Amino acid sequence: MSAQTETHAPSLPAPPDAHAGESAPRIVPVRRTGRWAAAVLVLLLLAGALVSVVRNDAFQWDVVGAYLTTDSVLRGLGLTLWLTGLVMVLGFALGTLLAVLRLSGNRVLQAVSWGYIWLFRSTPILVQLLFWFNIGALYPQILGISTVNLLGPVTVAVIGLTLHEAAYAAEVVRGGILSVERGQLEAAQSLGLGPWRRLRRIVLPQAMRSIVPPAGNMLIGTLKGTSIVSIIAVQDLLYSVQLVYHRTYEVIPLLLVATLWYVAVTSLLSLGQYYVERHYARGTAGTR
Amino acid sequence: MSAPTEEATGAPAMVEIRSVHKSFGAVEVLRGIDLSVRAGEVTVVLGPSGSGKSTLLRTVNHLEKVDQGWISVDGTLVGYRRSGNKLYELREREVLRQRTRIGFVFQNFNLFPHLTVLENIIEAPVAALGRPRKDAVASAERLLARVGLADKAGSYPKQLSGGQQQRVAIARALALEPKLLLFDEPTSALDPELVGEVLDVIKDLAHAGTTMIVVTHEIGFAREVADTVVFMDEGRIVEQGPPADVLDRPAQERTRAFLSKVL
Ligand SMILES: Nc1ncnc2c1ncn2[C@@H]1O[C@H](COP(=O)(O)OP(=O)(O)O)[C@@H](O)[C@H]1O
Ligand SMILES: [Mg+2]
Repeated sequence: MSAQTETHAPSLPAPPDAHAGESAPRIVPVRRTGRWAAAVLVLLLLAGALVSVVRNDAFQWDVVGAYLTTDSVLRGLGLTLWLTGLVMVLGFALGTLLAVLRLSGNRVLQAVSWGYIWLFRSTPILVQLLFWFNIGALYPQILGISTVNLLGPVTVAVIGLTLHEAAYAAEVVRGGILSVERGQLEAAQSLGLGPWRRLRRIVLPQAMRSIVPPAGNMLIGTLKGTSIVSIIAVQDLLYSVQLVYHRTYEVIPLLLVATLWYVAVTSLLSLGQYYVERHYARGTAGTR
Repeated sequence: MSAPTEEATGAPAMVEIRSVHKSFGAVEVLRGIDLSVRAGEVTVVLGPSGSGKSTLLRTVNHLEKVDQGWISVDGTLVGYRRSGNKLYELREREVLRQRTRIGFVFQNFNLFPHLTVLENIIEAPVAALGRPRKDAVASAERLLARVGLADKAGSYPKQLSGGQQQRVAIARALALEPKLLLFDEPTSALDPELVGEVLDVIKDLAHAGTTMIVVTHEIGFAREVADTVVFMDEGRIVEQGPPADVLDRPAQERTRAFLSKVL
């Protein structure tokens, strides 16, 4: 190392105004042999694993192929998708409300918001879902209608997942709002903009930069998390394949069917997140 | 010290500040401020850091509430309604309405980074005053030309230099056609070579007869455009008068000490 600097230093002319051509020294990067070896090793291991998966007949890839696009699986996928979308939208709407309450000047509203978030984050979603599923035991009738008729499994799934989602969304949105510089709000106030306009036009769009990455995580988590509704017999993607393998006992290939769909949709969502993040980064240095 | 200006000259005061006190917790930041600013005049506020200059400016458009005393702008109490011997706090809507008549320019510009220059300027006229978008755009373009940035309408703030951003911020404040402009150290966040372009814009406004209160450390600017220079220290106005008096023949030792440091 020191030998190298010694041999180089004297032979180097003042570089900026050195004439191009034979006198310009060539740069030789460090040879990273270890790095190459590690990469080759890992690739070999991965290839081996892939070969074993493809050639192991127990995976029954033909069964996977046969069920991948059957009506019932696609219907299950459809339900998973719209349930995810609805829960995200409703959850973030309620979460934004909770965040605003939490940041309001009203102590009672602050406490209510805090209490909600505390309660719904402190209990497992499985327990919450079973609770709403059995709410009829506490309130046999709501507004004169039998609770069991009013709240079918799908409605229970939407309500249960949304209330849970909102508690997390509230914290994400609150963090986003707090990340916006205080001067932004003061500028908006001094321009006479009303509270609703300040929130919607000035604060939330800037908060989005810190909201989108965790919201993307939540979306992917929710997509997979909706599979929990299979325990209350809602026919989502997971439940649809379960219905099949309870009949045919082809458990592994059918779980692979569900897995492939979850992976496909999740990959698309990650890609979408990239574009959404880029959109909300506009106006910051380094873009455009 | 601060004679009621109406009586002295007959010109109505645009801004009246009367025995204003303001504390943050146990710290009294404003300790009885009296100040009048006549229409069309430029008042420059000087003073060491922490003397309460920003706080005073912020009380004038009710970004800070006063604890005692009152402030009126263009004959209207700021933030309160008087009935008998009581001051009733106004609802936010009414305060926002009052703020549209007072322009505020911040040290750090506080432009909205996610909106273009044009969108920054038309936001308040459209959203707060309900002006038609087309009119707002037309006058925004005129204002941009006035601050020398006609070609920057579609840029985002972060693409502009600090001096350009501050000029946009001035145009944004002017878009509401305010009766009064407040500047809180408008050049303090700028690289030295950009200070001039912003001061030039403020000087133009001064010559056009805009009523302004400017907090700044630019003594040369004060000497050139101020009708009144106010020196503040520890929450009080120590001395005020024409620049020739306050800057060149300060009566108070504290003013002298401060000037010797900044000059
Ligand atoms: N929101 C606030 N809360 C607590 N203290 C504050 C607040 N704003 C200003 N102060 C304090 O009030 C004093 C005066 O501040 P400021 O008006 O900003 O002075 P200046 O603008 O003259 O430097 C300072 O000591 C500052 O720390
Ligand atoms: Mg200040």
